[in-house]
Amino acid sequence: GPLWERPLMEVRLGELHSWISTCSFSPQGLLGAVQKAWSSYCAKYIHVRRGGPAGISMLLAGSYLLSYGWNYQHLKRHRWRKYH
Amino acid sequence: RVLCPLVPSAPAALRALPRPVAVGVLHTTRPLHTSQQSLAPVPPLPEKGGEVRHGLIPEEFFQFLYPKTGVTGPYMLGTGLLLYLLSKEIYVINHETAAAACILTVIIYGIKKFGPQVAAFADKLNEEKMAAAVALKNESIQALQNAIEEEKKEQWRAEGRNYLFDAKRNNIAMLLETNYRERLLMVYNEVKKRLDYQVAMQNLKQQKEQEYMIQWVEKNVVQSITPQQQKESIAKCIMDLKALSKSAHAAV
Repeated sequence: GPLWERPLMEVRLGELHSWISTCSFSPQGLLGAVQKAWSSYCAKYIHVRRGGPAGISMLLAGSYLLSYGWNYQHLKRHRWRKYH
Repeated sequence: RVLCPLVPSAPAALRALPRPVAVGVLHTTRPLHTSQQSLAPVPPLPEKGGEVRHGLIPEEFFQFLYPKTGVTGPYMLGTGLLLYLLSKEIYVINHETAAAACILTVIIYGIKKFGPQVAAFADKLNEEKMAAAVALKNESIQALQNAIEEEKKEQWRAEGRNYLFDAKRNNIAMLLETNYRERLLMVYNEVKKRLDYQVAMQNLKQQKEQEYMIQWVEKNVVQSITPQQQKESIAKCIMDLKALSKSAHAAV
């Protein structure tokens, strides 16, 4: 289909710039994008008949990475060596 | 039937009544069930979720790298990334790393050992819920089909209304006939009573006249017997009796 209706996974790298220019960055647009992403994640990994550990484990891994990023400045002080 | 000419035959009288007017105009103007419902039926849930390798990385990532790097590409990428993070100490090894390693070991061991059992238990719960819902649906479908059968039967029964009306008409005709005959009998009895009265009156009058006439004749006859005639008749009777007794003695 046309560029602005394709989901992000089907956009090629070269068209990424033009694709970003077509999406709306208003609050409603961002909220809609977040809602769409969450609902598509849920529909793919959580609302299935025989799901596995993958659904929540990916969420936990993502939260782990986020919190590591937020605490990086504090964790930097516990390095073993000064020069790498 | 000559006495009451105003009673018409029952079926014709009942048919002459005006027919009832149908009042069903309102529901014919509103169409029912013409639009396609978009919410039902709900599509069923997919069987399995998206493929995820090692519980963390979706399969799409491996497929994305396969054309350029083959099968080992993502693993090489992962190893290189890990070594880079460790060597540059972007990922710092501290007490939390040991704790995470122990916790992850226990969790992965638990999932590998008890995963299938828990999955079977959850599937059983789901199956029970589904079976209950499906049973309810089938029951209601069956009940509705029974109701349809009953309705069809009632419609078939309603077709026999003509027999019912004929029976009712016969009943009414019978009632009218019975009533008419009762009244006829009553009229006959009353008229007979009046006529009997007249006849009895005549008989009584005749009887009284006869008795009075007999009495009057007897009275006059008794009055006309003078005492002289009475003595003569008594003497005659005595002489006759003597003669009779003499003849009787002679016979003995």
